[in-house]
Amino acid sequence: MSAPAGWEAVIGLEVHCELRTATKLFCGCRNEFGAEPNTHVCPVCLGLPGSLPVLSTAAVELAMRIGLALHCEVRPSVFHRKNYFYPDMPKDYQVSQYDEPINVAGYLDLPDGSRVGVERAHIEEDTGKTSHVGDTGRIHGAGYALVDYNRAGVPLVEIVSEPGITSATQARLYASELRAILVASGASDGRMEEGSMRVDANVSVRRVGDLELGTRCEVKNLNSLRSLSRAVDHEIGRQVAIVEGGGRVEQQTRHWDEDRGCTVTLRSKEEAYDYRYFPEPDLVPLAPDAAWVEDVRSSLGPMPADRRRAVVALFGAGGASDARADQVATVVELGLDHLVVAAAGAGIEPALALARTANEAAADAAAAREVDPAAYTALLQMEQRQELSATQAKAVLAELVTGGGAPVEIARRMGFEALAAGSLAEVVAAVVAEHPGEWERFCGGEAKLAGFFTGHVMRRTEGKANGKAVAAELAKLQG
Amino acid sequence: MPARITREETAHVARLARLDLTDDELDRYAPQLAGVLDHAAQVAAVDTAATPPTAHPFPLRNVLRADVPVPSLDRQVVLAEAPAVEDGRFRVPRIIGEAP
Repeated sequence: MSAPAGWEAVIGLEVHCELRTATKLFCGCRNEFGAEPNTHVCPVCLGLPGSLPVLSTAAVELAMRIGLALHCEVRPSVFHRKNYFYPDMPKDYQVSQYDEPINVAGYLDLPDGSRVGVERAHIEEDTGKTSHVGDTGRIHGAGYALVDYNRAGVPLVEIVSEPGITSATQARLYASELRAILVASGASDGRMEEGSMRVDANVSVRRVGDLELGTRCEVKNLNSLRSLSRAVDHEIGRQVAIVEGGGRVEQQTRHWDEDRGCTVTLRSKEEAYDYRYFPEPDLVPLAPDAAWVEDVRSSLGPMPADRRRAVVALFGAGGASDARADQVATVVELGLDHLVVAAAGAGIEPALALARTANEAAADAAAAREVDPAAYTALLQMEQRQELSATQAKAVLAELVTGGGAPVEIARRMGFEALAAGSLAEVVAAVVAEHPGEWERFCGGEAKLAGFFTGHVMRRTEGKANGKAVAAELAKLQG
Repeated sequence: MPARITREETAHVARLARLDLTDDELDRYAPQLAGVLDHAAQVAAVDTAATPPTAHPFPLRNVLRADVPVPSLDRQVVLAEAPAVEDGRFRVPRIIGEAP
């Protein structure tokens, strides 16, 4: 949706992305989701006296990958302390990059042809996880809180867009394309549900033609692409209603309530934080030299937009239909497009390769990414040559994805050996002979009885018969 | 010489540091803080036009560490230092407001 007639929305997104490193940003504690609370903590990430942070090479490299994938300039940068009182950081400050971030002035091209500027993409550390307990269970009115510092100090890159997004639809497109790029660059697993990618939206509205920006509100707690577009739409509507009703939008931070489908006030400008940023004295400046930057740049593979084009190109001059566009987007986003390209290159129908990958392989994408493309292609060849029915091929595919191995072997193990044509003919003939009444009606034109005969043949062959081959045998008997 | 810090600014800084100052204390501390800042402000009088900004006293850059995990602390040891613990986590007083 876009803004109501006569209005335009001005939207900027801040996306926090957890980096896929083995360790935290400044210490050797593991960066791992889902561990027992407070088992990945040490003097550095707990902010104990006398401890000193040391920056992780891998985090810097992934930050550069993100910056370069977003066409940013990689610059010398320094770290600052952002001071605040909140128990999610045991140090009472968060180390972040303030006025000299590592990546600046990039952009992101969206599938709809629009371009959104990227102001900066800087490195910072994540905070711990607080759980509010007691009373209502919500933030407001909680009795007390429990804190797990496993996440405190996990490396993040915050990607700040320019306020150049104009609708909820475009905001969603930006976030989804950015997620695909974060995954493709190897920086993140892009899992919003696990919080490894988090989005905040800055939204303001103004009458079409106005040059001055309206007062903006920041909306937090957007845990899915759906929440993002719903929240932005709601916020645009709320602000337009206020101004049209003669009121003024107050600068606020608002919290998206997914269940109620609305944003609620979290704090107003008067309560805005004064973070007292100052240079982190325990860390020296970061200044990757040109050789390192070029090294990282040259190691970046093709980005999602190019990879989508490569899959679409398999379908020839007509390209992929709109219906297939979603499947193409899916296989690229899940990092499975190489399977489609490999299979199609070996003579598999692109439509079959795309469908099996976007539907079946995608069900366990993490495992599917590890599948040997040659084995995958071999399986699709068996299906294309009708040595396996569609149902059997899907079953073998599931096995191939979870356990690997040769598709021929898996099919044999699962009892999916194709019946020899001769023995299939015998079984079909026997089934026909046992059901003379049905056979007469079938021959008389009751085509749906084909299913009846096929069912019997399947049962007798324990599912090994190929449906299409049975149909051919039936047709032969009909003469 | 920059303008002297006001009583209001002193109150703001105190609030940021979660210091609960009485009116008397503010009257006493505001001029003292201003004196400290005046002293530090002498640096501003030095002509630094030809001096590049310094981010760190040491001429070092890119102090980095390999991305190799090392053992973390024993949780029992960690939590033993906390005033209150529940469920393997630090128990803290009710939080007012959202995370920054």
